[in-house]
Amino acid sequence: MTAPTPDQAPNPGPTAALSLRGLAKRFGRKIAVDGISLEVPAGSFFGIVGPNGAGKTTTLSMATGLLRPDFGTAVVHGVDVWQHPLEAKRLMGILPDGVRLFDRLSGEQLITYAGLLRGMDKAVVAARVGELLAAMDLTQDAGTLVVDYSAGMTKKIALASALIHAPRLLVLDEPFEAVDPVSAANIRSILDRYVASGGTVIVSSHVMDLVQRMCDHVAVVARGRLLAAGTVDEVRNGMSLEDRFVQLVGGHSHTEGLEWLRTF
Amino acid sequence: MVAHLLRLKLTLLRNGLRRSPWQLVGMAIAGLYALGVVATLVIALVLLRGAGPVTAHTAVVLGGSAAVLGWGVVPVVASATDMTLDPARFTTFAIPMKQMLAGLALGGLIGIPGLATALVALSTVATWSRGVLPALAALLGACLGVMTCVVLAKTVTTATASLAASRRFKDISAIAFMVPLVLLGPIVAGVGRGISASTGFLPEFTRSLSWTPLGAPWALGGDIASGRPAEAGVKLLLSVVVLGALAWCWKLLLERALVTPPYAGAGKRRGGKLGLFGVLPATPAGAVMARSLTYWLRDPRYSGSLVVIPLLPVVLAFQGTQTGSYGSLAFLAPLAAFILAWSISADVSYDNTAFALHLATGVRGVADRLGRALACLTFALPVVLVFSLGYAAFTGNWTALPGQLGLSLGILFTGLGLSSVVSARYTVIVPLPGDSPFKKPPGNVGQTMAVQFVGMLVLIVLVLPEGALLVANAVTGNILFGWLTLAAGVVLGLVLFLAGVRLGGKWLDARGPELLAQVTVNR
Repeated sequence: MTAPTPDQAPNPGPTAALSLRGLAKRFGRKIAVDGISLEVPAGSFFGIVGPNGAGKTTTLSMATGLLRPDFGTAVVHGVDVWQHPLEAKRLMGILPDGVRLFDRLSGEQLITYAGLLRGMDKAVVAARVGELLAAMDLTQDAGTLVVDYSAGMTKKIALASALIHAPRLLVLDEPFEAVDPVSAANIRSILDRYVASGGTVIVSSHVMDLVQRMCDHVAVVARGRLLAAGTVDEVRNGMSLEDRFVQLVGGHSHTEGLEWLRTF
Repeated sequence: MVAHLLRLKLTLLRNGLRRSPWQLVGMAIAGLYALGVVATLVIALVLLRGAGPVTAHTAVVLGGSAAVLGWGVVPVVASATDMTLDPARFTTFAIPMKQMLAGLALGGLIGIPGLATALVALSTVATWSRGVLPALAALLGACLGVMTCVVLAKTVTTATASLAASRRFKDISAIAFMVPLVLLGPIVAGVGRGISASTGFLPEFTRSLSWTPLGAPWALGGDIASGRPAEAGVKLLLSVVVLGALAWCWKLLLERALVTPPYAGAGKRRGGKLGLFGVLPATPAGAVMARSLTYWLRDPRYSGSLVVIPLLPVVLAFQGTQTGSYGSLAFLAPLAAFILAWSISADVSYDNTAFALHLATGVRGVADRLGRALACLTFALPVVLVFSLGYAAFTGNWTALPGQLGLSLGILFTGLGLSSVVSARYTVIVPLPGDSPFKKPPGNVGQTMAVQFVGMLVLIVLVLPEGALLVANAVTGNILFGWLTLAAGVVLGLVLFLAGVRLGGKWLDARGPELLAQVTVNR
């Protein structure tokens, strides 16, 4: 297990797909991310876990060029995300959490749009859109407007939009939320094959079981700080990841209130 | 149980206000406005006590009928129904139907419209306090009338709930609602003239109306005061039966709604239809243009403003028939150009967080700006040309055409350029994606007003050359100035258009993440 602090962050080697150094962000008086340094080795399936409000989404947003950090740098395959955003974004496929989609487009149109925005060739886009729709099991609903999709279908179409340009690094924020088990298994096999062929995947989640089974590396984030990072076996230290996580983050809290519910 | 439902409603209201101080301000303004209207109506009704029985009867019955009609129609069309006590949310609780109905009905009275209606209705008692019996009859009528309002609204919303949950219905009703709103002036004026033309019409109309469920409860006080107890009895019976029937319908509908939650899913549609994406060039700018044009057609927040355009000549022509001079029609083309060009000044705000896709794909700012501006131009240009030519044909004064066209095109091109800059830098409060075009969320009102106001000032300054040339044309009558206006409008306009697109693109490249952070606040 390693717990790097900002000053002893490892050097970004050529093998790092993503290298964060001292990333920090403050919203008003709340410090959302408090100096996170992290190395994601190329070709790894990397899980980021943490309780709600830990700063996972904020960190990933800063790493992918969606949110400008107050301090720190993010480097993707040797390209600084904030110095050369266009080059860096070409290397990344991003599935942000909690953002809307252009949902008045049909599913097919949305993926096509994502491809064309990246300046891809029309024929290539058309071919990949068909395959992605099939892989996500959305062929039957390709012409339905995304606004009429269920939550899981929406997640899948957003994931497809992030894959269309064959990125070297995939950053997926909560990719399995609301996705049915069959689709989740399909997506996981897609991602496994992607990693096997040299791609890097970063997923955030708070389903420990999933991360333990799926990922080879994991980082634990809480209250805006990195608590642990390394291979899954290093981090869990002989325990299950869930137990180790609760131990790292701190115990349960008891929920009070809701008495009015009993007056019926 | 009923008390619980009422307390829940009050708590929800209070917590809603606590969420943001702006909501409180909005509520306070709405409250003050309602208070003003209610006070005026209450005073009018009290003063009507001294008026003749026919006048008072007419006023009370007409007003009451309008209230019932309003409660029945507005919740459906405006799709802005107060759903805080949505019956669907109680499906998991086993609440006895009777108590549920009573609780929901009384809950419907809490809130500004309910309280206002109740207060005004109760002051009809003052109008008819010309004896014990008329006052009692008016009190009974007022209670029946208000209950009819609430139960009607509940019945109608429950009946249309599954319909209203479908996106297509919401979209269409929002656009349809735009039409009477734009034509409000002409409609009110027309109705007003019709009424003043025939003085005997209103009492006659009231008599018929008072035999319908709309007017019956409100006629009780007047009938007793004018010595028509038999009529009053029949109308009382009618009102009670109607209220009972409505409540029974509501109960049936509610029972059904509770076990069959609204199904919002649209039918499955296979792909293969790329729409505009297959037609327009497969470049980033072309894709943005295709996406924007698709939104102009599919998103009611955009298409709502498209509906306004064909109604513009109607409104201006109506003004002409009122005043006898059609001079205001000269503003048709420039006004349409302004509205359309300015409509994309909040484009990123309309995208809301969906803008993250543009940021994530790293599309260049210039392509983003150009696509949006060209999308607007594809239909704005024909509209401006048609309006200018139409005006020239209407007046028969073809010598004024070059000047008109020059100013309109100047406003259109310059405005699109300016909008491209404005929406790349500032966000304003707009209805959220999927919401009704009339529902603006609370937010930074100050910045919204400042952006709109300063933006328009800048636009005026930028089209000053065209304006000055047009004035010269009008004063000297020399058509050369007209042609010069046209040249200036096209050349200067296009230069400013391209400059705006480039500057906006540059700002977007530099500040994309900050812009996304700004729209994230408002989701």
